[in-house]
Amino acid sequence: MAIRADYLGMPLSIDDLDHENLAYFGHCAEHEFHLQKCDDCKLLRYPPTTGCPWCASPNATWTRVEGKGEVHSYEEVHHAIQPAFRDFTPYMVLLVDLDTQRGKPSEHEALRVVGNLTTPDGRLAPPDMVARVGIGSRVRMVFSDVAPGLALPQWTLDEGAVQPAKPWRYPQD
Amino acid sequence: MPMPTDAPGDTDVSTPKYLRDKYAIVGVGETTYVRGSGKTTRALGTWALRNAIADAGLQPADLDGMLSYSNNDSTSATFMAGDIGTRLNFYMDCVGGGSSTEALIGIAIGVMEAGLCKCVALFRAMNGYSQVRIGGTGARSAAPINGDALHSRAYGWQSAGQMFSPTFMRHMYDYGTRPEQVAMVKVIHSEHASNNPKALYRKRYTVDEVLGSRIICKPLHLLDCCVETDNATAIIVTRADRARDLRHTPALIRGIAGRCSKPRMDMHYQAGPISRVAGYYAKDILWPNAGVGPEDVDATGSYDAFTFTAMLQLEDYGFCKKGEGGDYVSSGIMRLGGKRPNNTSGGHLCEGYTHGMNMVIENVRQLRHDVDDSCPIGPDGKRQHTYDYREGGCRQVRDIEVTANLGWANPMTGSAMIMRRG
Repeated sequence: MAIRADYLGMPLSIDDLDHENLAYFGHCAEHEFHLQKCDDCKLLRYPPTTGCPWCASPNATWTRVEGKGEVHSYEEVHHAIQPAFRDFTPYMVLLVDLDTQRGKPSEHEALRVVGNLTTPDGRLAPPDMVARVGIGSRVRMVFSDVAPGLALPQWTLDEGAVQPAKPWRYPQD
Repeated sequence: MPMPTDAPGDTDVSTPKYLRDKYAIVGVGETTYVRGSGKTTRALGTWALRNAIADAGLQPADLDGMLSYSNNDSTSATFMAGDIGTRLNFYMDCVGGGSSTEALIGIAIGVMEAGLCKCVALFRAMNGYSQVRIGGTGARSAAPINGDALHSRAYGWQSAGQMFSPTFMRHMYDYGTRPEQVAMVKVIHSEHASNNPKALYRKRYTVDEVLGSRIICKPLHLLDCCVETDNATAIIVTRADRARDLRHTPALIRGIAGRCSKPRMDMHYQAGPISRVAGYYAKDILWPNAGVGPEDVDATGSYDAFTFTAMLQLEDYGFCKKGEGGDYVSSGIMRLGGKRPNNTSGGHLCEGYTHGMNMVIENVRQLRHDVDDSCPIGPDGKRQHTYDYREGGCRQVRDIEVTANLGWANPMTGSAMIMRRG
């Protein structure tokens, strides 16, 4: 079934033909993170695809993956382009290396999952939290609920993890 | 300059090698670079095409091929051809932005080599400020988000600056690249633009002004970002033997890499290192095809959608070692009067934004030794260049023979072209 929803005033939708995104966001709606695992080479991949980027196999199985990792890179948006984000600046877009499958298939790869920095309940993080996060910060996955069958995976600081004394931040800060 | 000969075995005996110098850019044209053209993209496109035809010394009927690129923000070749008075034997309108110019020149060579037509015009016509904003603001920013776009735009990750910034930030982390080094790209291009009467912004900026401008998307300040303008640009390509009869010294095309990509174009950050850009792959096509290397290049046109993009490409195409881009762009090498100036027109940061074509036009004029600065025009109709690069002065590179254009679409896709003076 196609999904049409509203998030921060933005219309979001998934067509009923889009089986891959329906499955991905459907698992997120249950607050579980699932990725496609290749039935042949056994590597996970992100985001959803119709074939394995590493071995081209079309066969995969949705597999539960732990939502923990480390910030690989980030940006801090001060001038929002989309009207929906104007009330939340500065907001952060994080690129997070999952602990699962990090360094595979080569040392330069990881499952790098995009998300905003949010509070534990999935709301865009306030400025004082944004200022504490940088490359190397440990984060855990949380979810922004949008509609039945659709939640967005997001990242929040992992309070239970050992954090770097000073995560790397843009030098002008 | 003496062009290197190939030692047996150092490049493959391929079609690209065989085509070195066989085709040339013979005409270039543009509209003004403005904010608020007051014209349709159709009117802008025909204006630039007419200028390019006149510049080449051709008649409209000589053009029998046409290529264009746009992101559904322009008018196609079907509406241009009649307006400039020609009938086409071949045309193609492609989707694309930056990196399209060099790739389409490669396609133009291919279709002429295949006998489909004999003279091809490329154009890019856009109201990038007054109609479809290049920065992604306006109607585009509020468009519904469907399917695969949920993995990007739903996170407020949409504009070019937003999409590229993880690459820029990681480069600073990996290599210690400093904001004041990157800011020098804007400083130098603004110096060049101050000697370009066509440039939208002709003011010279300082590093402090760049770093003092407001943050758009960290690590990008306002002045790290290119301008948005309304304009059209056009280029005419034909066989070099035909070029001899035309108005200007031809810019011979030595070699091209077209829309060469990193792995995982659906989300290139999955393949690392993420501070690497497409030039890493394109260089292995470009240099062997062209039969020259970075040291042979007298001026570059490294695409400056942002200060960072110019730097990253120069690095991955081998103009300096990986990680030393910050030193390269802040050393003065790429300043007029330096060893290898970059974007002598002021580029996208200052002259105007036409998705890469104006940087190719600039290098064509450089190779003619007839760049359109404020130097006096002599009795032969050519400018008498002073090589005094102070503000308002000359921007001709002395004795220039070889140029490299490095076109950027995004971190994962790039095109490049080597030209030499005919």
